[in-house]
Amino acid sequence: MHIHLTSPLTRGAAPSPLPSLNRTKRRISAPGALIYPFLALAALAVFAAVLSAGSDAAQAGQAQKPEKNFLRFEEMYASASSLGLTLSEKLLSLDGESVVMEGFMAPPLKPTLKFFVLTSVPMSICPFCSTDANWPSNIVLVFLKEEATALPFDRPIRVAGVLELGTETDEETGFVSLVRIYATGVEAVK
Amino acid sequence: MSCWKVKTLAALGMLMLFAGSATAAELVVLPIDRAKFLAGQKFDMEAELRGARFDEISVKLDGRDAAELFGKAPVIKRGDSLASCRFDDVTLTKVGTIVVDVEAKAGGQTYKKRVEYTVAPPKNRRAKNVILFIGDGTGLQSRQIGRILSKGITQGKYNGLLEMELMNGGTALITTSGYDSLVTDSANSASAYATGHKSVVNAMGVYENSDPDPMAHPKVENIAELVKRVRGMSVGVVTTSNITDATPAAMVAHTRRRAEQNFIAGELAKADVVMGGGSQQFLPQSTPGSKRKDDRNLIDEFKAKGYAFAGNRSELASANGDKILGLFNLDNMNVYLDREILRAQDVLNGFEDEPNLVEMTKKAIEVLSRNENGFFLMVEGACIDKQIHAMDWQRSAYDTIEFDQAIGAAREFAARDGSTLIIATADHAHGISIVGTYHERDGKKGREAVRTYANSIFPTYLDLDRDGFPDDPAPDVTLAIGYANHPDYYEDFKFHSKPVSPAIMSGDAATANANRAPGGALYVGNIPVNESQEVHTADDVPLSAAGPGADYFKGVMDNTEVFYGIVGALGLDPTK
Repeated sequence: MHIHLTSPLTRGAAPSPLPSLNRTKRRISAPGALIYPFLALAALAVFAAVLSAGSDAAQAGQAQKPEKNFLRFEEMYASASSLGLTLSEKLLSLDGESVVMEGFMAPPLKPTLKFFVLTSVPMSICPFCSTDANWPSNIVLVFLKEEATALPFDRPIRVAGVLELGTETDEETGFVSLVRIYATGVEAVK
Repeated sequence: MSCWKVKTLAALGMLMLFAGSATAAELVVLPIDRAKFLAGQKFDMEAELRGARFDEISVKLDGRDAAELFGKAPVIKRGDSLASCRFDDVTLTKVGTIVVDVEAKAGGQTYKKRVEYTVAPPKNRRAKNVILFIGDGTGLQSRQIGRILSKGITQGKYNGLLEMELMNGGTALITTSGYDSLVTDSANSASAYATGHKSVVNAMGVYENSDPDPMAHPKVENIAELVKRVRGMSVGVVTTSNITDATPAAMVAHTRRRAEQNFIAGELAKADVVMGGGSQQFLPQSTPGSKRKDDRNLIDEFKAKGYAFAGNRSELASANGDKILGLFNLDNMNVYLDREILRAQDVLNGFEDEPNLVEMTKKAIEVLSRNENGFFLMVEGACIDKQIHAMDWQRSAYDTIEFDQAIGAAREFAARDGSTLIIATADHAHGISIVGTYHERDGKKGREAVRTYANSIFPTYLDLDRDGFPDDPAPDVTLAIGYANHPDYYEDFKFHSKPVSPAIMSGDAATANANRAPGGALYVGNIPVNESQEVHTADDVPLSAAGPGADYFKGVMDNTEVFYGIVGALGLDPTK
């Protein structure tokens, strides 16, 4: 049993205009990754976070989050089989709602970005740059309001924004996403 | 180098004035020099002039015009800096050495290239069926680690040998390089087994031309196509990884890029039995979990072609018919240790009813052996490799044992059948070695607890339930495994109850994952910083064979000879 979702879906109180992959018209190219080594130091002071301040969370996916609509990776799917993933009631109920998730930023191809992939564990491979590497099934595509600098990839980050469900293929990159967050804030977990 | 190139300095100067690019042009002939063909094996032949546009080109085989010999005109393509002359779907039937002379004229300059091919004769049929077991990355040390854990060792003598080590009909060391580089990947190496031709990293069933389209490279006929075309045999591919991954894919598909898994999924319909993980490449993109970029539902398409579909272990057990599509995970299947023993929910990710490789192999043989014309079956132990990449030798070793038990199941069939050749080998090796043993009985930890030479007392693995697998992957005295190559990583010589990556990608650099071995020592990497895993090595790999035709394998052999061992045993004659 699996759910077929259709697009477009109604978004909630998302900031407008919402950036998206195909709107940025920004071509992803490998050479951009070459300047990564210079990023790590500057990476922390990036996004103007609008999240609840003073979080003491330390691990992605940690239970008992106080925030309203906190969504853990393991809560996204009710079941899995060879015929697909079944979206959980909680995930479906949050479609179009403001949510908070914690995970890891997958290394993007460019140091400045308008979108990135949020994963449940740090990525040991780079599907953007390696042709034989696959993304995990439970990734979340995060769109940013403005272009920003990447955060460290080996430390948990927290994303707040409006959740959107439904298969969508980016015309420019061919990237297919199922779960997206239009972020209102992204920060490193303290 | 031909003498015409250095006739006079003046002539060279003129050429450079005229066509700067032409002086750097290169004439490439595909298949490459020293390629070997089975007489009657189909292939595409292409001559490319790279860096110039030729005005005319001639291709001669043993002095005879290629168009006349092949009975067809070539397809000529001319771009500004690339021109090609290509014959698709041709064969060579005259056995022996064939000299190919290609001559291209461009802008007053003549380019010449001579290559030699060998055409091997068909042999008399000795085997009805062939089962090829490929332990991905299962080098000599992986075999031995599997033997130690599965059979045990007492006073220096092993208590038993692995099933693959009991196959004495033919034994060889197999070289693994492709034609582009010393170290291969699994696509390139499996392609050598499937076609008898070397290829390049990430490619299968093709020679590499200059076309950016990964499907446009000149092809060579593979084993699945040959046994179907020549004898109407059945074909099976079975693995524990994504079924669209390199090794099973190379048995059936032709592409320069192994990443074309959407395409490869469709090509698997060339096989009658298809089993493994990776349904993500078969489900329409609208289905959550799909990795397709279109709306095709390949599971439905396979069903329409007569395949029975099995999505888990119980469905596989009851599946019936002459064709089976078994997809047991969206992605790679879980490894034996997690799937059958530890069963942690957050590792299995909802896939709690996956069959093991022994069950899959038995089912494949049961279905394929109904064909009176015989069958070719490839069974891969895929995650032996993936777990060594992740520097998790224990998970790899359990999969080696599972792979070996699948070989045992095939040996039982072959003993009854009497006309089946079984080949067990690897596609490449990894940089692992058994340094000694490890224990903390005296309070030492870390590298000080690695026991070398006389201190390497025997490990204490137990198999009280006699299932061939150690009851505990982390006994008191375990193996001390060293990695010849690795990224920055933390080492504590301990077993990890859950899979954990040795390093994490951080832009272009991999950084050690502190979660791998809390309190462990940082080992500074000895490979480029953009490698986040242990990598393949160029070491030769062992091959063991049993059954009719097994005696073909002896000494040190090129990896392309595995193909000739298979087609020779089957007595395939594509010229008829």
